[in-house]
Amino acid sequence: MAIMTGAEALIEALKRQKVDVIFGIIGGATLPIYDVLLDSGIRHILVRHEQCAAHAADGYARALGRPGICMATSGPGATNLVTGIANAYMDSSPVIALTGQVNRFSANTAYMVGRDAFQEADIIGITTPITKFNYQVTSASEIPRIVKEAFYIATSGRPGPVLIDLPKDLQVEKAEMEFSEQVQIGGYRPVTDPHPLQVKRAASLLLDAERPVVLAGGGVILSNASSELLTLIELLMAPVATTLMGKGCIPENHPLALGCIGMHGSHAANRLILDADVLFAVGTRFSDRSTGTLNTFCPDAKIIHVDIDAAEIGKNVDIDLPIVADAKKALKAIHTVITNRATGKETKWANKVKEVKEYCKDEVESAGEELKPPLLMKELRKLIPEDTIATTEVGQNQMWASLYFKVYKPRTFISSGGLGTMGFGFPAAIGAKVACPDKFVVDIAGDGSFIMTGQDLATTVAEDIPVTVIVLNNSTLGMVAQWQRLFYGRRYISVNLAGIPDFAKWADAFGARGVRVSSISEFRKSVKEAVKADVTTVIDVPISPEEDVFPMVPAGKSLKEMIDG
Amino acid sequence: MGEQGIHIIAAIVEHKPGVLYRVSNMFRRRNFNIESISVGPIEPGNLARMTITVNGDEKTIEQVIKQMAKLIDVIKVSRLDPANTVTREMALIKVHSANTRTRSDIINYANIFRARVIDVSQESLMMEVTGDSEKIDAFIDLMKPFGVKELSRTGITALSRGMKSVRIE
Repeated sequence: MAIMTGAEALIEALKRQKVDVIFGIIGGATLPIYDVLLDSGIRHILVRHEQCAAHAADGYARALGRPGICMATSGPGATNLVTGIANAYMDSSPVIALTGQVNRFSANTAYMVGRDAFQEADIIGITTPITKFNYQVTSASEIPRIVKEAFYIATSGRPGPVLIDLPKDLQVEKAEMEFSEQVQIGGYRPVTDPHPLQVKRAASLLLDAERPVVLAGGGVILSNASSELLTLIELLMAPVATTLMGKGCIPENHPLALGCIGMHGSHAANRLILDADVLFAVGTRFSDRSTGTLNTFCPDAKIIHVDIDAAEIGKNVDIDLPIVADAKKALKAIHTVITNRATGKETKWANKVKEVKEYCKDEVESAGEELKPPLLMKELRKLIPEDTIATTEVGQNQMWASLYFKVYKPRTFISSGGLGTMGFGFPAAIGAKVACPDKFVVDIAGDGSFIMTGQDLATTVAEDIPVTVIVLNNSTLGMVAQWQRLFYGRRYISVNLAGIPDFAKWADAFGARGVRVSSISEFRKSVKEAVKADVTTVIDVPISPEEDVFPMVPAGKSLKEMIDG
Repeated sequence: MGEQGIHIIAAIVEHKPGVLYRVSNMFRRRNFNIESISVGPIEPGNLARMTITVNGDEKTIEQVIKQMAKLIDVIKVSRLDPANTVTREMALIKVHSANTRTRSDIINYANIFRARVIDVSQESLMMEVTGDSEKIDAFIDLMKPFGVKELSRTGITALSRGMKSVRIE
């Protein structure tokens, strides 16, 4: 027990959670916290827009597997975090958001919660549907317990963002603070151990399957279950398709890796998954972008679904065999049951998989020096280290990356899957670089996305966080233009981004490095230089605005109705 | 879509500010429909019990239960079996009673429904009626010709019959 102010207790509680970095912007309602932060030894990275603080915390969390922290002042500071929090919620990322709030109690002034005070926003009301949980502190002495609970909730079970709203008067209020190691939350007891009987049943189904397919989602990465998954599929000789969120959970050059399923999935993944007689889905929520129309999704397959969130079972797809558990534990348990019974030998199905994969191999034709996105993705992959962390923006750039940029390790591909947030990739790259300063970090971007959060070039320069941005620049909101081209008879509206700046000069203006390339060989040279550079590099790559991403499953169609342009 | 029907859900929740908002907001966001909701504190004093009636098919109700269980302030949630559940609702109803004849008619009806007259003025009568929702509907229908001035219903509250219970051990 010690007497401390609320702000001191907050920083002490964060230190006890081993927090060493916070992304944020200071403001009136967080001044007392920052005053304590000054001497705390915790690094504060001053971003240039609170949205970037939330995305950077998210990128940090995904790269490292530890919670990322962002902080903003009350009112507009807090509401600017909202997109980033929603993004973390959709992709189950453990982000802790700290917000200042106007006073909880105040004598003789209307600067108080509920009085529409200056810079007051009901951030609890606003973020309730997009956080796993949120707290408004009602007395300073609650702070140690709330921080402890917040970290526990954010990181356990299905991870997700938790927000703590801190009224300014409670930041300076003194109280006896008790830092307990215990957490007790009556309504929160995540189930992580698989039910042994369900495990046995799943093992039998898998052993008896003639055409098993594994669908691996982001949950495999979140539970660090890649090696367990790999062991199991090699024993079963079952091919693995991933969702976008699962990309990288097994090396994409593995003979059993099919790539991603979905709207812009690979031919091999979308074809083979529909042939399955047993679909083993792990850590995925069967999003509409992954499954296509539901009545045509694996109609003949028995579906086993492992998920830590019971509410995901049967939400979108009817499940034959549910297992509510942590992916790693479930995979281990199933492996234990089948280890002596599975052969790991070539089967007819494994041969078919090999054939289909060979047939569907994406031959990217080189068109001389022309800057074609699929080729750029393949070239990029060859030029950068294997453990590079790649983030993406949202739109065509993301889908080209998903299709043609192979990922070999978990937590090295970071993309906004559920919310589809343009402007996510660059601040996420900043967060990933802070988390893993020794790794090369690249944001695969489009011009439309990059300009949404590009002001944080200033952050990378001022805080010495060198990342590389590759802007696939068609001066167009490319994915929307593609839909207008394919489904709206080329009636283009509001997709022309005329007036986009010269990104190379823009980067220079911030004190970063900017390059504009006009050929594949220049692209190669610039990427090689960026890998060696110790400053943020923006490589502006002009591409044709008529370029489409294929293959594509149109919205509301079955995965088998892929079009190739 | 499966067959629609009314389902009763009982939940033990934290008795603190914002919990009703979290629950009702989840219903709105997930596109579930609340027919009625009633909440009151129970023992121990930091807890409250919510009784929610929901209209939906089997799959929807399953999702409702799972999404409720996922809320951190919800400690326990169960679905009550309609065949083994006692449900009650109370209504306060204020009716015009312009003259002594209508007044005695109203009181006769009230007696049949075991409703109690709880307030009388020159031109109105207020009654309290308790029962299952159908009974209350029927009573209100009977009162309509007299002119219902004001009506307030509590929504359904419910408990399982016998030893079966929704409680925290």
